[in-house]
Amino acid sequence: MTKALVRARAVLRTGLDDRGLTRLETMRSAPPLTLRQTARGEIHLVSTGAGPLGGDHLRLDVEVAEKTSLTVRSIASTLVLPGTGRSLMEIHAYVASGATLVFAPEPTVLAAGCDHMMTTTVHLAEDAALFWREEIVFGRHGEKPGRCHSRFDASIDGRPLLRQEFVVGDPDIDGSPAVFGDARCVGSTLITAGRAHDTSSAETTPAEPKTELREAEVAEGVAVLPLAGPGTLVSALGRDAVELRQRLSWGESRVLP
Amino acid sequence: MHGSPTGGMPNQGAATHGLAALLLLADSRLPAGGHAHSGGAEEACRAGLITGADDLSRFLRGRLATAGRVAAALAWSACSASASWELLDAEADARIASPAQRQASRTQGRLLVRTARRIWPSATLNDLAKALPEGSHHPIALGVAAQAAGCTPDQAAMAAAYTSVTGAATAAVRLLGLDPVTVHRVLAELPYDSVIAEQHDWSALPAHAAPALDLLAEQHLRTEVRLFVS
Repeated sequence: MTKALVRARAVLRTGLDDRGLTRLETMRSAPPLTLRQTARGEIHLVSTGAGPLGGDHLRLDVEVAEKTSLTVRSIASTLVLPGTGRSLMEIHAYVASGATLVFAPEPTVLAAGCDHMMTTTVHLAEDAALFWREEIVFGRHGEKPGRCHSRFDASIDGRPLLRQEFVVGDPDIDGSPAVFGDARCVGSTLITAGRAHDTSSAETTPAEPKTELREAEVAEGVAVLPLAGPGTLVSALGRDAVELRQRLSWGESRVLP
Repeated sequence: MHGSPTGGMPNQGAATHGLAALLLLADSRLPAGGHAHSGGAEEACRAGLITGADDLSRFLRGRLATAGRVAAALAWSACSASASWELLDAEADARIASPAQRQASRTQGRLLVRTARRIWPSATLNDLAKALPEGSHHPIALGVAAQAAGCTPDQAAMAAAYTSVTGAATAAVRLLGLDPVTVHRVLAELPYDSVIAEQHDWSALPAHAAPALDLLAEQHLRTEVRLFVS
């Protein structure tokens, strides 16, 4: 009944074709991280197989070349399950000058008993545009989640832009009105200006440079937070994944009307 | 961004014995403006998230495990460094998403540096003030002040962890009329040690976020009647 531990590394790399359009130089799937191209410059992660399960170590490398645009989404949410030891999901992204990356997969759901680590590093060139959404759901309906530790590090032109960690399953943090309160989900979207994004269309087209929102805004369970560096964070809490997404979308729309 | 210049501890000036210095630095009577800040507790009380000692305990535990942990790490690093203040300050900036909290941190940092330079005159504090004229983030100011006063990095981190919760606790006592002895028992039971660790790579310092504190800080600025600045 013991399942072999999975070691998987998927790679996505864009380039320009001879018409100046984005093409995929590399699209290497590594089950359970399976990549499907769904439109020009758009990839969907299609999970093949359950998990990650405890002990699995998955890695995704994304390189967006100069002046290219890439959108990464997923077909379904990722359900993190228990297993033998800790599971790890590691993402490294590089976004070159004049490039655009939209990374907006479905939420990560922490099943009971899981022990999960997520690390993300994003390196941005000075004028790279980023839209990066991360959502964590604390257990399926009515389920007490396992443990999770996520760390997100974004730098722009070598300078730190955003570093944030979330810990779920620590008794000092769970239920604290200072951290998640009574929320069952946490999410954030990091947006760096440079250019406007159209996240709804398949082709992300670099548009006119846009003035960045420099005033914070706050509404029920969501804040739009201009960072010290050139970027804005939308930060939200929600009772369920639907409410979380609504709140994040509202905040995103304040930055990218 | 990976450098962590860990020079010795140039305790020029009148360095007080480390432990006494720690007590002075962590004392709420230190005239550095800390009493004006509630660390989100005022807004949490107003919103009904803190109504008694149990809520307050959960609030403080979460605050210590997130903002307190980050502040302790920054203070540890600042206390053991001798230069590159802009780099450490940028690391603090990247860990505080809320502009309201960044502003509160810088205001307190600026006041602390001004006060500490008079109490424990030191070249390092002068350098810090020169490098960050707008005010360094509070944990960095605290770390450098601790260094100037003769504290160890662990002591600086303890002062940061402790002050990350005491202001909020005092505010809750004042706002809700809680029993001060009960609240001090809550403070006495907090796991301060758990958030203090040796730090070397500045880019890898803890970065624990507290989304609810961010929301509270931004809402607080938009609340008309306020007793505390933050």
